[in-house]
Amino acid sequence: MTDIIQKVKNLSIGFRSKKGEEILILKNISTNIKKGETVGIVGESGSGKSTLALAMMGYVKHGLYTIGGECQFNSSNLLRMKSKDLEKIRGRKIAMIPQNAGQALTPNLKIGYQIDEALQLHSDLDEKEREKKISELLNKVRLPSPETIALRYPHELSGGQQQRVAVAMALAGTPDLLLLDEPTTGLDVTTQAHVLELLNFIAKDTGTSMVYVSHDLGAIAQVSDRIIVMYSGEIVLEGPSRDILKRPIHPYTHGLLKSIPKLSLAGLPESMPGSQPQPGTIQSGCSFFDRCNFSDENCKNNSPKLEFLKNLNTSVRCFNYEKLVNESQASQTFNKIKNKSQDKEILNLSEVSISYAKQKLLDQIFNRISDDNPTVKDININIKKGETIALVGESGSGKSTILKSIAGLLRTKDGLIRFDENRNLSSDLKERDPNDLRIIQLIFQNPDESLNPNHTVEEIIAQPLKLYFGLKGEELKKNIIDLLQKVRLGEFYTSRYPRQLSGGEKQRVAVARAFAAKPDIILCDEVTSALDVSVQAAVLNLLQQLKEDFGTTYIFVSHDLAVVRAISDRVAVLYQGRLCEVGPSNDVYKFPSHPYTEVLLGAVLEPDPDIKPKLVAEDIVEERPPEKGCSFQGRCSRIVGDICKKEIPPWQLTDSGNAIRCHIPIKELQKEQF
Amino acid sequence: MKLDNIYKEEKKSAFAKLSEIIITMASRPSGLIGLSILVFHIILAFISPYIAPHDFKAIDPTLMLQAPSAEYWFGTDDLGRDVFTRTILGGRTALTITFFGSLIALLWGGLLGIFCGLVGGKIDDVVMRIVDAFLSIPWILAMLLIVSLLGTSTEVLIPALGFFYGKGIVRVARAATHDVIAKDFIVSARARGHSNFSIIWNEIIPNVRDAILVEGAMRWSWMLLGFSSLSFLGFGVSPPTPDWGLMISNARGLMSFAYWAVIAPIVGLSSLIIGINLTADAFAKALGIDRSTKAPV
Repeated sequence: MTDIIQKVKNLSIGFRSKKGEEILILKNISTNIKKGETVGIVGESGSGKSTLALAMMGYVKHGLYTIGGECQFNSSNLLRMKSKDLEKIRGRKIAMIPQNAGQALTPNLKIGYQIDEALQLHSDLDEKEREKKISELLNKVRLPSPETIALRYPHELSGGQQQRVAVAMALAGTPDLLLLDEPTTGLDVTTQAHVLELLNFIAKDTGTSMVYVSHDLGAIAQVSDRIIVMYSGEIVLEGPSRDILKRPIHPYTHGLLKSIPKLSLAGLPESMPGSQPQPGTIQSGCSFFDRCNFSDENCKNNSPKLEFLKNLNTSVRCFNYEKLVNESQASQTFNKIKNKSQDKEILNLSEVSISYAKQKLLDQIFNRISDDNPTVKDININIKKGETIALVGESGSGKSTILKSIAGLLRTKDGLIRFDENRNLSSDLKERDPNDLRIIQLIFQNPDESLNPNHTVEEIIAQPLKLYFGLKGEELKKNIIDLLQKVRLGEFYTSRYPRQLSGGEKQRVAVARAFAAKPDIILCDEVTSALDVSVQAAVLNLLQQLKEDFGTTYIFVSHDLAVVRAISDRVAVLYQGRLCEVGPSNDVYKFPSHPYTEVLLGAVLEPDPDIKPKLVAEDIVEERPPEKGCSFQGRCSRIVGDICKKEIPPWQLTDSGNAIRCHIPIKELQKEQF
Repeated sequence: MKLDNIYKEEKKSAFAKLSEIIITMASRPSGLIGLSILVFHIILAFISPYIAPHDFKAIDPTLMLQAPSAEYWFGTDDLGRDVFTRTILGGRTALTITFFGSLIALLWGGLLGIFCGLVGGKIDDVVMRIVDAFLSIPWILAMLLIVSLLGTSTEVLIPALGFFYGKGIVRVARAATHDVIAKDFIVSARARGHSNFSIIWNEIIPNVRDAILVEGAMRWSWMLLGFSSLSFLGFGVSPPTPDWGLMISNARGLMSFAYWAVIAPIVGLSSLIIGINLTADAFAKALGIDRSTKAPV
């Protein structure tokens, strides 16, 4: 067979534990990559997907070693090759595109130089030809004006542009196989959609085979012809991407797809129980056994083999896949959330501006901040008791900045933040009294960073209880256990350290700590973005449940529009620190009216090969908000005229209570939907 | 829950943690050697007054510069004192003074470093420039000045040594604090309204403790060398107290024909320094800190 480009045969990779046991990261993996096809490898963190991709270019991470099997490329085993021979293959035949291009590019070398370096290594072109080739490559990855880009340094480019440069460098050696390790994970929604579209184009244009590793089924759905689903070091499902996404016949994939929030459906998706087992802890039986809804005695004792089903052209590792063959994925059930908001206003932001500008000497004397064009400006939001309001926008939209100001971590420049109609919260931490601090609690993005690694769970949750309520001894212990049970963790978690918990468990502890203060408002800063998809749904469900029990108000910041759709009652769309649109989430999502909201929603990737993202605007990154006029003028595709550049657009109200800030009359905005 | 079994790691008592660390340290050959040397020296320091075969200050002109014999194992010095007795007693003063000296260095250096790292801004700038200024003064000159003004009593030596060796710890503690301070759990504690003291005690110290302790252990061996140099120059402990630095200084002129009088204290001093160094390295490795990548200040 000549059309197979990479052949992985019975590959096992692992490490030796301190006790001398062999612990497997990859278990007996066999698969083929064909010429010109794009294969997506999906899995949660720790499933071994990156290890597999790296093995495909003959690289085994430090500390791991090959236990058995081989990776054949052009009928030679890469894992046995000498490093001299590998050098000839890497870059020339197999190229890799890293996750974070910003870190992969050398910061003190010009872009053009770095591409030229790749060309010198991997091609025999002379100077003139290389010169031509550099602009050709930069053109191919659709970077504007290649001649000027080539002379820039990496830090002068945006994240999306850096990723494009990384693609150009990988293409410099005209490789037969491209390995992409989460290439769009750190990027903004719109940028991500553009980069994926570019990768699709390159795959078609050059006929290169691609292996696309990601945890994001949405991204995988857009690029791959075939999908490999990995779970705890094994391939559990492999087949054509359409079949796998539309009719997943493995319980894990089935559950995974069910737990992803969808743009088109409001409400919370079902969550999958438990988490992926740690390497080395699996005994006999199927590794997915304790999380599976379809398991029986057989699954507990015997581990299933990867079985090839001819009629479906799919391989599956499950005894009971037949139960799933008939069930289609459309049976996704969403727990509709009830809007619990009351009429009472709990937090009011009026004319709030926040600036990161450094205070000059004169400003320090008068204790003021002078900045004509602050990072965040003119924020007016009324937040009602018991509602969940989401702040949405790309990075740099000021959403986290607003949260920080509400929490008192950052001073406001102008404007008022009022709690409960009369308490002024515009001051920062030092000037707030303990009760003002208690009523607002924060949950952070990354629980690895927000929990002190040297404290036990008990000590972590005890902190707010001791600080605000002065609890001690038995009573303290009782309260801690009570809180742990509320976040669905048992009493035995008290003596554990964060490193002994999984990501979802850690985030639950962070949630428990926030609720320990009995707050009125909880600020959630990207609380699910560091979690795996299957865990994300569980945390969202938990937050919703707690909100219903305690009547807490959530201010939810996220870049993931589907997650926001699932949990929020109201959405505020921000661009460059200015509000674009505020309204009930149903309306914002159903009839996106502000041009920026359209762009954002259009770029969302759904795990469905039939729904393609709509790329409305260019993915330019603006450094600073414009001095005059509409904040979105730089990227808007529907500019009316000079008025957009000169005047700040007025607020317009739709019938459903949706407020939009645009110069285009509201009738016209609603008419011209895509 | 099958995961329970691997996660069954209860909160350990301080003693259990310490013994675990010591076992990890001893599992490396270099750690075992270092620990043995250090423990040997400490035990010797405790028991030497009771096992010393002769009086350390008994001068006997008839026994001047005797070669090692059955009666005087390491021979005698130019005043006829037993070198063996003086050698096993010589480590006591050095160990005590430098141990408490490094404790003081750890305390003030560590706390000041953490404080500067936490508050930052102008206070940090000013304090760090002062520390830099002190780092640029040759410490031995400054020590000589202090000793000649205030005398060479233990009450002067311990704080003086503690002060000069703590300067470096300030920088290490500050850098370690900077690593921790950007983490969200500090932001979280701030947003909750904890005081600076509470943040330092609960959130920062548990996370920088290891780095500072290792630094302190390294400083201990340097301080030992420094202290012996002072004695060698005649500014440390005063005669007739047995001290290695002093013994080396006295016997070095006679080295060509009475090598024994100088070899014994040299072996004592260098073995203790090597012991502490190896132990500190093993300690760092047991705690998971890689010193090899950090340049000492």
